[in-house]
Amino acid sequence: MFVLFCPHCGEKREEEEFGYGGEAFIPRPATPEALDDEAWGDYLFMRKNPKGWHWEMWSHNTGCRKFFVVKRNTATNAIAGSWTLAEGRKAYDAEGGST
Amino acid sequence: MRKDYSSWSLFTKGLRHNEGWDPAWRSAEPKPSYDVVIVGAGGHGLATAYYLAKDHGVRNIAVLEKGYLGGGNTARNTTIVRSNYLWDEAALLYEHALKLWEGLTEDLNFNVMFSQRGVFNLGHTLQDMRDIERRVNANNLDGIDAMVLDAAEVKRRIPILDTSKSARYPVLGASFQPRGGVARHDAVAWGFARAASKYGVDIIENCEVIGMDIANGRIAGLETTRGTIRSERVGCVASGHSSVLAKMAGIRMPIESHPLQAFVSESMKPVLDTVVMSNAVHGYASQSDKGELVIGAGIDHYTSYTQRGSPHIIEHTAAAIIELFPMFSRVRMNRQWGGIVDTTPDACPIISKTKVKGLYFNCGWGTGGFKATPGSGNVFAHTIAHDDPHPLNRAFDLARFSTGHLIDEHGAAGVAH
Repeated sequence: MFVLFCPHCGEKREEEEFGYGGEAFIPRPATPEALDDEAWGDYLFMRKNPKGWHWEMWSHNTGCRKFFVVKRNTATNAIAGSWTLAEGRKAYDAEGGST
Repeated sequence: MRKDYSSWSLFTKGLRHNEGWDPAWRSAEPKPSYDVVIVGAGGHGLATAYYLAKDHGVRNIAVLEKGYLGGGNTARNTTIVRSNYLWDEAALLYEHALKLWEGLTEDLNFNVMFSQRGVFNLGHTLQDMRDIERRVNANNLDGIDAMVLDAAEVKRRIPILDTSKSARYPVLGASFQPRGGVARHDAVAWGFARAASKYGVDIIENCEVIGMDIANGRIAGLETTRGTIRSERVGCVASGHSSVLAKMAGIRMPIESHPLQAFVSESMKPVLDTVVMSNAVHGYASQSDKGELVIGAGIDHYTSYTQRGSPHIIEHTAAAIIELFPMFSRVRMNRQWGGIVDTTPDACPIISKTKVKGLYFNCGWGTGGFKATPGSGNVFAHTIAHDDPHPLNRAFDLARFSTGHLIDEHGAAGVAH
């Protein structure tokens, strides 16, 4: 059972209040019609699924119902922190957008 | 050459206090090179090696395992075997596996304790029953045994099931596959290991792949924790860790690894002589030959490589089982564990060549891979031996995620595996 910090509510709550949103920062292609099938399939289906640090989205389903970003280690379940989408994007870019 | 198991060998060894049994398989040291290397010594990987040796005459094979033989999902599942899938591609693949299961004990000369005790998929709503009728009809058209049973017949066959009208989710009926059942999961790994070892396959434990040597778009070898191993054909069968291996080859996979939890109760007298699954309340249960209830349900929603999950999933699973079988409310649970399942967007596996020549992947079985073990190994061995898919796994190509030809079992049978 994770205890996640919702940056919108400013509170730590139990995992059951949240929904998992998967890998974070997958940008929708600006010009979908220009992509070939492989690139579009990559956007739709392919995931990093790393064993290690993972930037992921969660939504606070039974709270504020807003999405936020969590950096979590999938090998240990350690959580590095929670951010709003905009703040999380900055932190993600600051570390080079890896993993 | 090891001697076959038989009632005669049991009798004569018994006279000598069961001393003198040979080890079931040979634990090997890695050689510098092999014709084919299989990564992952679970059921699927060992089955692949076995059929490569038996059906395709490949002799110089290694199976690498980062832990111990059958220590991953092969020994962490709830052992259900069935083939009543909706779509032709999936149904025929799982039926191929089921037919192999039926002769597996003789074929391997190892008792895998395959018990065709039948599998019930319960329907709790009118829509459930419509879906069940559709799936049963589709199964019959594919030559797979399946039938629709009404609630009274289900009650007659499973007396302890709560089929009362006052249940929160009343049972309206079920689909029933008589040839479905369970098998002994450890025995599947041991049996395939023993049979493959007989053909000279090297099974190398504690040997983790840490890199791939790829030159000019071809696989040339593997870097492992026990040194470099050369091979021009490599089959990856690593379930939850498939994304990790694919990344070494620069391949992106449509896979997310989730924990799937299961648990068993203390041993009890026989109360449940079949397998019961329910998508609506979301749980499944059977009783092992030791008398333990074997119980499972859905995955934890987050991705993780830790072989454990969150406790509230256990609570939901227990609630579902008690909804179906109120008398189990006082049963004590003995053990609980998690395995890492490699889920795909369409809940169907990937058994495929890749853009790297000589590198093959068999993954994405998600929550339901055990039932396919012999069939999966059989068609994957064909894929590796011929560098071309078997007709049964042609549709399970990695390319379906760009062509759009998904086999959407998620909507059909993908929930309760």
